[in-house]
Amino acid sequence: MQQTREVSPEMIETEQHYREMGLTDEEYQSIKQILGRRPNFTETGIFSVMWSEHCSYKTSKPLLKKFPTEGPQVIQGPGEGAGIVDIGDNQGIAFKIESHNHPSAVEPYQGAATGVGGIIRDIFSMGARPIASLNSLRFGSLTNPRVKYLFDEVVHGISGYGNCVGVPTVGGEVQFDDSYEGNPLVNAMAVGLIDKKDIQQGVAKGLGNTVLYVGSKTGRDGIHGATFASEDLTEDSESRRSNVQVGDPFMEKLLIEACLEAIHCDALVGMQDMGAAGLTSSASEMASKAGMGMEMNLDLIPQREQNMSAYEMMLSESQERMLLVVEKGREQEIVDIFKKYSLEAVNVGHVTDDKQFRLLHKGEVVCDIPVDSLAEDAPVYYKPSKVPVYYEEFQQMAPYVPVVDDHSAMLKQLLQQPTIASKEYVYDQYDSMVQANTVVSPGSDAAVVRIRDYDKAIAMTTDCNSRYLYLDPFIGGKIAVSEAARNIYASGAKPLAITDGLNFGNPDKPENFWQMEQAVDGMSAACLALDTPVISGNVSLYNESNNQAIFPTPIVGMVGLIRSTKYITTQHMKQAGDVILVIGETKPEFGGSELQNILEGKYFGQSPEVDLAVERKRGDALLEAIEQGLVQSAHDISEGGFSVALSETLFNQATLGATVDLEDEATSLLFSETQSRYVISVKPEAVDRVTALIPDAKVVGTVTDDKKLVIKVSGETVIEEPVQTLEDLWKGAIPCLLKSKA
Amino acid sequence: MKFAVIVFPGSNCDRDMYHAAKDALGAEAELVWYQDAALEGYDAILIPGGFSYGDYLRCGAIASTSDIVTSLRREAEKGTPILGVCNGFQILLESGLLPGALIRNKNLKFICHFEELIVNNNETLFTTDYEKDEVIAIPVAHGEGNYYCDDATLNDLIEHNQIVFTYKNNPNGSVADIAGIVNKQGNVLGMMPHPERAAEKLLGSDDGLKMFTSMLKNWRDQYATNA
Repeated sequence: MQQTREVSPEMIETEQHYREMGLTDEEYQSIKQILGRRPNFTETGIFSVMWSEHCSYKTSKPLLKKFPTEGPQVIQGPGEGAGIVDIGDNQGIAFKIESHNHPSAVEPYQGAATGVGGIIRDIFSMGARPIASLNSLRFGSLTNPRVKYLFDEVVHGISGYGNCVGVPTVGGEVQFDDSYEGNPLVNAMAVGLIDKKDIQQGVAKGLGNTVLYVGSKTGRDGIHGATFASEDLTEDSESRRSNVQVGDPFMEKLLIEACLEAIHCDALVGMQDMGAAGLTSSASEMASKAGMGMEMNLDLIPQREQNMSAYEMMLSESQERMLLVVEKGREQEIVDIFKKYSLEAVNVGHVTDDKQFRLLHKGEVVCDIPVDSLAEDAPVYYKPSKVPVYYEEFQQMAPYVPVVDDHSAMLKQLLQQPTIASKEYVYDQYDSMVQANTVVSPGSDAAVVRIRDYDKAIAMTTDCNSRYLYLDPFIGGKIAVSEAARNIYASGAKPLAITDGLNFGNPDKPENFWQMEQAVDGMSAACLALDTPVISGNVSLYNESNNQAIFPTPIVGMVGLIRSTKYITTQHMKQAGDVILVIGETKPEFGGSELQNILEGKYFGQSPEVDLAVERKRGDALLEAIEQGLVQSAHDISEGGFSVALSETLFNQATLGATVDLEDEATSLLFSETQSRYVISVKPEAVDRVTALIPDAKVVGTVTDDKKLVIKVSGETVIEEPVQTLEDLWKGAIPCLLKSKA
Repeated sequence: MKFAVIVFPGSNCDRDMYHAAKDALGAEAELVWYQDAALEGYDAILIPGGFSYGDYLRCGAIASTSDIVTSLRREAEKGTPILGVCNGFQILLESGLLPGALIRNKNLKFICHFEELIVNNNETLFTTDYEKDEVIAIPVAHGEGNYYCDDATLNDLIEHNQIVFTYKNNPNGSVADIAGIVNKQGNVLGMMPHPERAAEKLLGSDDGLKMFTSMLKNWRDQYATNA
């Protein structure tokens, strides 16, 4: 692998080499001011990664402050490796989502694999045992050969890494739209279970305490990965392949077990994983958070390659590494724990009280920076924002009214749209059951994992319909949180909190920044209304290819608590004779709908509306009905509308069908994407109690035993299909697209 | 009855196996780290699934060279019941305690879902609580679960009634739909599907629990005979 050529402090300034590392002229000048001298090559590199968007959130910070982050259920809010919510019995659930978009665009297998590895480390660095992982993926059209390759390899990477570390991949979502063609999104979420007393923090407390380096050796992989993640993808990105890290899930599995053993040793003071910006960020953040400094001798860093420079070691993003701070004199206790797992734990430095970040290499001081300037004094930018022209045009348009003649044919076509079609091809490759706690595996609204030894479970989901956000980022932001909540409610859980995976285009373009502002405002409003504060998250900007931004995609990862395992509810119909009800009115809302995509090949007009008070009221009422034991199945109505939702409730079981009678305009009733709606089934004797609890619920039909879907509108049969026919189309769509040569 | 669950670096179904024996069955169980090579004093040995040593080189190959396998061989000769699941099955094959090999699934992808198995032999220490030809639902989760052996070995397996489980709808391309086999002595069973993941109704099926109850009953019977 090639080595980095280093240049002198003078040349860095005169030849503006700092620009190649992603620093602006102003940023370079303020670094000079902080240091009172020119930074050397290593220091410039360290500032550039710590001040990159990926590490410093310099662009998004003013927006992130708007998120509600507090509530009685929050044990740990944003700022640590992961947030933690209370689930009673002195237990907490730690969770966080993180993006690995840019690496996955150039090297999809390793990009996705290390995305999973990184987020799992965030969880166990808190002291939590990882119990589930989810993901949220976006690709271009599956007819494009490059997209097929990206899709297959991303899934393969998640499978290769996640299965080996023994954390079940229980859920997620995959959507396809042209805006992601050159810039796929790979967001991974991990969830961990922790006893409150075991919560760790990434702090370097205690003057003289020892800094231990644990895990894989440092190599030249991933150098400047954080900076890479903070710029647009271009044709040259292919040459960035060497910026992509390579994962070793076996090493990660050993690290999980060793770290979770180490947290029970009180010699451990603090622990943090080396994620983005590797050794630099973990060390400086731990020191800064504790109000201390740190000195490390880089000669002692375990190295995978020869003649590594200080710059390379500090900027490497080699995977499966952790930094531990340990009470001085008790290092051996920790070293022994790691030794059991054949892992090195090496003394590389100590905690100081001068608040300096000082690095020695080959007898010289190669870095001496005020530590707070890295972690806390990063610049904050208030970017200009401008309403995009397209948005104003969309708002002026008359509501989009689609014309559908053959409703049966349209339903079949919708079921084959890759975004709606079965994702079995994907999740069959994930070990969704390891740890033997998975009650609801992928394929229902939310994944459900029971908490062993207690009569309770947690529900988890990732959601974001970016088409609505494109049409209207404010409403779309509200919908993203609301839809996640709907999935959580439908599974029998009370929504607790969210993690946000904000994926946007280049924020230097005012139209893109406007989208970010609006989306965050919308999400914040929904988080307040639904009492789901933001406890962790990640920002990924510069998601563009060939100067074209992705649809704004703030992915919501939500966790909810199911108060008893007997409340666990799935979307699937259970028994013939049960009564089918729809919760919520249907309006003719087709902007951003899958139907619009089919008929027009693009999205325009207005997003569906959402009333957050109604959303909350219906969700709470549904949960009440579930907890009273009245509900057999519950499914939210999303892409493709009621007909798609109803079809999905009949798939993956042997005998059931449904007959439904509706009154009004067929196309809206069947395909509109009006929000805040559910389709549920209840036993006949429970109908009155359910409609009393949920006034917005209306009886529409019954579950039958003939494996047929029959939908009548105003007395006329508009759809009559064997469920098997629909299911085959739905299941076959993605494998078929992947096989076709076109 | 006391079960040992061997834990190799990279095992990841060790706790699941432990809970199936301890909580679902209600027996005694201990996790035994691979370096603690003593396996005496256990009434049955469980080798869990996972990715021992990352499955680098070949699945189960590195684990099969560890000291604990020497101890495992001794127990196998003594007649102690040994159940290897998934990676555990791979280790048993690599150790030569069972014949044949496991190669990549025919679709070259990892697969994870419930499969229907047919109980082909209900006369082993592990299967007496099943009916012959009973169809049971047990999950599979593997990338290299495609059992392969040559014709001579297959005929030998058939002749000695060593094919214990077969797939109803073969998901991985295995020879003769094989999902699990037992050694000639009848005390070492290897299988790809995960009975420990099907030990509670809440998780979708408790069809796997009968493997554990069979082991317990047979141990009791033997104990009663010997005592």
